[in-house]
Amino acid sequence: MTLAINRLSRRFADFRALDDVSLSIAPGEFIALLGPSGSGKTTLLRILAGLDFPDAGALDQDGRDLLRVSARDRGVGLVFQHYALFRHMTVFENVAFGLRVRKRARRPSKAEIADRVDKLLKRVQLDGMAQRYPSQLSGGQRQRVALARALAIEPELLLLDEPFGALDAQVRVALRRWLRHLHEEMGLTTVFVTHDQEEALELADRVVVMNRGRIEQVGTPDEIYQQPATPFVFEFIGKSNKVPVRIHGGRLQAGDQRFEADALEGLADGSAVAYVRPEHLALSTTPLENGWKATLRHVYLSGSVAHLELEVPGLGQTLEAELGGEEAQRRSLQSGMHVTVQPRHLTVFPLDGKSGEPDLARRRVVHPRYGQAALARWR
Amino acid sequence: MEAALPLQRSRFTARRLVHALLILAALAFLAVFLLLPLAAVFVEALRKGLGTYVAAVVHPEAIAAIKLTLLVAAIAVPLNTVFGVAAAWAMTRFDFRGKAVLGAIIDLPFSVSPVVSGLIYVLLFGAQGWFGPWLQEHDIKLIFAVPGLVLATIFVTLPFVARELIPLMQSQGSDEEEAARVLGASGWQIFFRVTLPNIRWALLYGVLLCNARAMGEFGAVSVVSGHIRGLTNTLPLHVEILYNDYNYAGAFAVASLLAFLALVTLGLKTFLEWRYGTELAARAGRGH
Amino acid sequence: MARRVLPGFGLSLGFVLTWLGLIVLLPLAALALKASGIGFGGLWTMVTTPAVLAALKLSFGAAVLSAVINAIAGLLVAWVLVRYSFPGRRFFDALVDLPFALPTAVAGIALTALYAPKGWIGALLAPLGIKVAFTPLGVLIAMVFVGFPFVVRTLQPVLESLDRDIEEAATSLGASRWQTFTRVLFPLLLPALLTGFALALARAVGEYGSVIFIAGNIPMKSEILPLVIVKQLEQFKYADAAAVGIVMLALSFLLLLAISLLQRWSRRWAER
Repeated sequence: MTLAINRLSRRFADFRALDDVSLSIAPGEFIALLGPSGSGKTTLLRILAGLDFPDAGALDQDGRDLLRVSARDRGVGLVFQHYALFRHMTVFENVAFGLRVRKRARRPSKAEIADRVDKLLKRVQLDGMAQRYPSQLSGGQRQRVALARALAIEPELLLLDEPFGALDAQVRVALRRWLRHLHEEMGLTTVFVTHDQEEALELADRVVVMNRGRIEQVGTPDEIYQQPATPFVFEFIGKSNKVPVRIHGGRLQAGDQRFEADALEGLADGSAVAYVRPEHLALSTTPLENGWKATLRHVYLSGSVAHLELEVPGLGQTLEAELGGEEAQRRSLQSGMHVTVQPRHLTVFPLDGKSGEPDLARRRVVHPRYGQAALARWR
Repeated sequence: MEAALPLQRSRFTARRLVHALLILAALAFLAVFLLLPLAAVFVEALRKGLGTYVAAVVHPEAIAAIKLTLLVAAIAVPLNTVFGVAAAWAMTRFDFRGKAVLGAIIDLPFSVSPVVSGLIYVLLFGAQGWFGPWLQEHDIKLIFAVPGLVLATIFVTLPFVARELIPLMQSQGSDEEEAARVLGASGWQIFFRVTLPNIRWALLYGVLLCNARAMGEFGAVSVVSGHIRGLTNTLPLHVEILYNDYNYAGAFAVASLLAFLALVTLGLKTFLEWRYGTELAARAGRGH
Repeated sequence: MARRVLPGFGLSLGFVLTWLGLIVLLPLAALALKASGIGFGGLWTMVTTPAVLAALKLSFGAAVLSAVINAIAGLLVAWVLVRYSFPGRRFFDALVDLPFALPTAVAGIALTALYAPKGWIGALLAPLGIKVAFTPLGVLIAMVFVGFPFVVRTLQPVLESLDRDIEEAATSLGASRWQTFTRVLFPLLLPALLTGFALALARAVGEYGSVIFIAGNIPMKSEILPLVIVKQLEQFKYADAAAVGIVMLALSFLLLLAISLLQRWSRRWAER
């Protein structure tokens, strides 16, 4: 089952929920729609389910125009954010519902329905719960009932809206790995909506990062984290330092420092903004000629990682750096120390001369050249 | 500390005294204004003995009034139940222009005087009304006849069911119906298997109140009835006729039937609120 | 391409609009048209006859007074029912709805029996020289009866939703019980209290069944506005009835508007 989403737009009274969104989903893929609230991810999911309709654009499933097919006939599996279990029906009746409402010709026999529901309940590890009502279940159990109910109609496409949003942290991690296994075992194509980057990066084959009704980036979790395509992705996923810079004669002027790099060639002079991840900042406790001079303000140890707060007078801002907790101890980093900071690589977005917005087309990943002796030790 | 203790205690007892006085005052008001009238109905009904009471209740005119009251309610209540469900479905499951206006119009009959409710039908269907001449030509009698009673009753009881259902269905949201849709259910399947079970107690509650009003309505029905004994008299109108004939024992005997209906309604209503309170919820401000 | 996901929009809205059109709007239009046929001048002379004016004054005056009484009594009863526990609380709570459930004609004759000179209460008041039945005072009593539940039922949910925290906060800041009530609680209750007042007022102005028995219906003295309409209809004076009817309808529209404004105001503190 290949799903082609082509230039979808959806306006609500006063804002654009979806703005020219295109995406192709291959059979068997596990896709995460990731974004902050109001980014349009839930609207996109609801359109896929047939519970909302775009103002413009097309939706095509294996050559079939899905927008002409009502929610009732699409046969997709949908798990609602708050599960939307039928509160007056038992677990069994909830799961059987999709089979029982079929037209007589397509409806399985009673015995067959019971058999299939039993199998599904076993599969979601709820055997023995069949006669309970939703109010008698825990959050994780309800979520699995919702999943079994959606799977009962044997969908090719499974849609999940914030599937783990309402669960405790521990249940959440266990359930999402289990869901990944289920997806593989049953050969489903799965799309899920989340605002939790950790969830998206851990589970999905591909992550679709959305913001203000637009797709910012589509890629594997590794690509999304290592090569963010836009400033938004930098800021939304993981941590990053944002540094205002200038491009001047093929060099990068950042505060009182000037960096040389091959990648800068061909870029016109002008203002730009650079992003660098905390773990891509190298520190040296011996003063070096190249790199920002900084004072270490705080060291926060959280588990195995040390977060460092660096005050950089040359930039007029603070930077955040990260290194292994053990290394931080070994090098006895303490607040008040003076260090030199060297970015290993930065991503630079030149600012558009007219609008002053970052120009995504001229994005460059910059590896500054440092003298051999000046290379700061890191990690 | 030791000196402060008696002071604390006296303050405590003073507060208890205030509580007791407030409770007493409230109960006295309820007793005088609500309980006494109710008691008066039954006492007056039995003042001349059980024989007179039974005779008044089984009098052919009383029986005719009971039958007519049941008939009117049997037509008006189901129609307004269907209306209430349809209105709640339209108002809570869809967005459309003019929703607020529609809500206001649904509530309108509650704020119109019963006499005006009757008057508008007289002006529409009466001899001098809009459709009066046409109706006369075809020898159809609506006003001062049973259809008029039914129409006036439908008007005054119109909002009851809708009013219970709209806030409930609003707060329940349409997730469950959407889930049923995605699972392949048809419209009627969604309604009967998902929506109806979720609103059944609120629906019953609304029907109960609607029925109480339909059987007890006086003003509107009085205007359109023409007071034809044995033909267009509902129970409340029969009470009036007996009362104006100075047949007090008879009037109160028939009135006691209606008071009994009111007590049953209150009892069932209280039971529903106690037993299914959460499923009736979202009914802030239960004024009618 | 905006489509509706759940089915039945056309069917349900179509039925609702048809039903409202036939049952509510068409008859109301008949009244409006009849009144407009008379013209403003005619309307004015019809509703300014001494009998109509006297009835208007009685209906409105007694209704306002009854709503004031109900606001005070309703606040007391709602407070006691929500805040204190005592034996029979549930029974008295259910009893509050009696005026909604009891047919107005039954209430009317019961009140008359109670307040007649020989009735249980009337006999007590007679030696004091107070006559209730067949006087404007009787009208007032009946209106208090029918309007009573409104104030209690609008106040109860608000009282229940009030956090005890705010009272404890006020106490900890040094306020007395009375100061806490007048300065903290009362302002929070005021919108609901006024809404209940307006609802009780609207009901009392239009009330017919429970009033006419106890009122005695002495022209110019204890005759209420709805009764004027009934009498005019009995004399086949349809135009006059329509004129008074349109005045009453306008009055209820005004009250309805006031109520909806009050309810909007009372939602001011709803988002917490």
